[in-house]
Amino acid sequence: MGTSHHGMGASDGMFLGPVRWLGQPMAERQSTGSAERERSELQDAIAQSVADLATLMERVEGEAQDILGFQVAMLEDEALAAPALTVIDGGTPAHVAWTDALDGEIAGYEASDDDYFRARAADLRDIRDRVLRHLSGDGAAAGSTGAVLLGEDIAPTTFLETDWSGGGAIVLTRGSTTSHVAMLARARGIPMVVGLGELPDHAAILAVDGGSGTVLADPDATQRNDFANALAVNARTRSLEEQFRLASATRRDGTRIDILINVAGVEELDHIDPASCDGIGLMRSEFLFRDGAPLPDEETQYRAYRRFVEWAGGKPVTIRTLDIGGDKPVRGLTPDGEANPFLGLRGVRLTLAREDVYRTQLRALARAAVHGNLKVMVPMVTVPDELARSAALFDACVDELRQQGIACERPPLGIMVEVPAVAVMPQLFDAAAFFSIGSNDLTQYVTASSRDDARVAALNDPSHPAVTALITKVAQYGREAGIPVSLCGDMASEPKHLPTLLDAGLTALSVAPSRIARLKAAIAEL
Amino acid sequence: MSETANGSVVITHDVGLHARPSVKLTKLAKGFASTLEIAGTADGPWIDAKSIVKVMAMKAKQNSTLFVRAAGADAHAAVDAVISLVHRDFDEAGDGH
Repeated sequence: MGTSHHGMGASDGMFLGPVRWLGQPMAERQSTGSAERERSELQDAIAQSVADLATLMERVEGEAQDILGFQVAMLEDEALAAPALTVIDGGTPAHVAWTDALDGEIAGYEASDDDYFRARAADLRDIRDRVLRHLSGDGAAAGSTGAVLLGEDIAPTTFLETDWSGGGAIVLTRGSTTSHVAMLARARGIPMVVGLGELPDHAAILAVDGGSGTVLADPDATQRNDFANALAVNARTRSLEEQFRLASATRRDGTRIDILINVAGVEELDHIDPASCDGIGLMRSEFLFRDGAPLPDEETQYRAYRRFVEWAGGKPVTIRTLDIGGDKPVRGLTPDGEANPFLGLRGVRLTLAREDVYRTQLRALARAAVHGNLKVMVPMVTVPDELARSAALFDACVDELRQQGIACERPPLGIMVEVPAVAVMPQLFDAAAFFSIGSNDLTQYVTASSRDDARVAALNDPSHPAVTALITKVAQYGREAGIPVSLCGDMASEPKHLPTLLDAGLTALSVAPSRIARLKAAIAEL
Repeated sequence: MSETANGSVVITHDVGLHARPSVKLTKLAKGFASTLEIAGTADGPWIDAKSIVKVMAMKAKQNSTLFVRAAGADAHAAVDAVISLVHRDFDEAGDGH
């Protein structure tokens, strides 16, 4: 029986095939013994590398072209080879001088505390190895088709030079989900798993599931059969579901259901067609507040919020005010050493206690509202006073902006329904412009069980009748009072919960973008 | 006729001065005859804005200030062009990068 390994899924899809090891050793190279010849061989190798990349650039577009353009610009910059040429003049062989110079650059990128710059080390290694291959007369490392590329990390150009027409997958023991290759793999639909840690080096066949980040090494006949079945079902279901992606979600009886998306970062929007959803149901603003980083100022927040609103082009965008605390600490903002952080100072409790932070965010939101259809929602509301104080602060911010002559609007202010106290008595919150049921926290608080704790995870069940009764109650009250109600937890992503939610009378669901097609397909059946 | 010019601008681009913006910056810089340098502080160290290797090595992040100076016949135009490019988010606003 084959062994199972777990990493992080960087690109969805399933593939089973033979292993092709990345980073085979280079051919040996002997120095010519003449500094002058070493110098010109290095310069030739660089020129040949630029020529390779120029050829490759003609075959690709978009993101891939930018990556290659960056590598060409680096190679064409004399500053890259300058340190190597200096030591060659002192008698060092070209390949040694080049490797040392580039390794120095690579170490600089690897030492960065910024994910983005750290990920560029892979581009520099790619540049280094391409020139080395030309120096040793190895030529290009063309890739075969229909294999699982396995290694520590993979160069972007290796990805681009590989012929993927026969399928394939990528498995990396290190790697990152934000690397250039991960972006390329997602765009191309090539399954990819990163951060696998150790892998048995004897593996000849790998079965890769990029969705779950699972890799099966040398599967036996039964396992291969299971994998092939899962792959076939997966492919069939996906192609069926895809037909629904751009359609509106409609039940058999003709009822229209709004499908919105949950997002937590600007870069996610790159991969989503706005036509596939009815807007953004939950934008988690926490992505701007990274632990250890300085708090984002009004301008930074305004620019970010504006991007979401403009992307949606008139469709509603609901941005949730800062919801940190609980399991999302941010140094300098969230309290240290709370005995029970989920019941502590989080969500609106924290922002009302830090009015300076709240004000900055509300001002940025009021400014972004000018650019489209923005709604703002307050998390963790427990008593009506929290909504009233938030609304008053919002009004004050808008007044202040107007006095300063800055363009702004006051968006509708709604609340998350996630604390049982609100779900039990929604009529206390008539001042809310809308209700958005947060089924994850509602379930955790109603069942008094954390889903992060495997020992009690079975209790953390959104289909518990007490949870569904509260959801039904909120939906019903919303209809009576004319307050729009939607649901934005993981519950909406699971087709098995759909009948309950639709029976409750909900007509707006917000889910992870990857779930859109599946959810619409499931709704069409009900 | 030689002139000198300087200025500064805050980088508002999402991930700072990364690969694609750096390519744009250096391409723009090479279009000027003047020497054009950038730095992360007003006192330097100053680096050649025409070298992508050096520009990338700065690892300038979002919200950091970029100082710009130039010397040569088109120094003022060069500094203005760089500041304008950074102001425009390297012409990438709205495309999600």
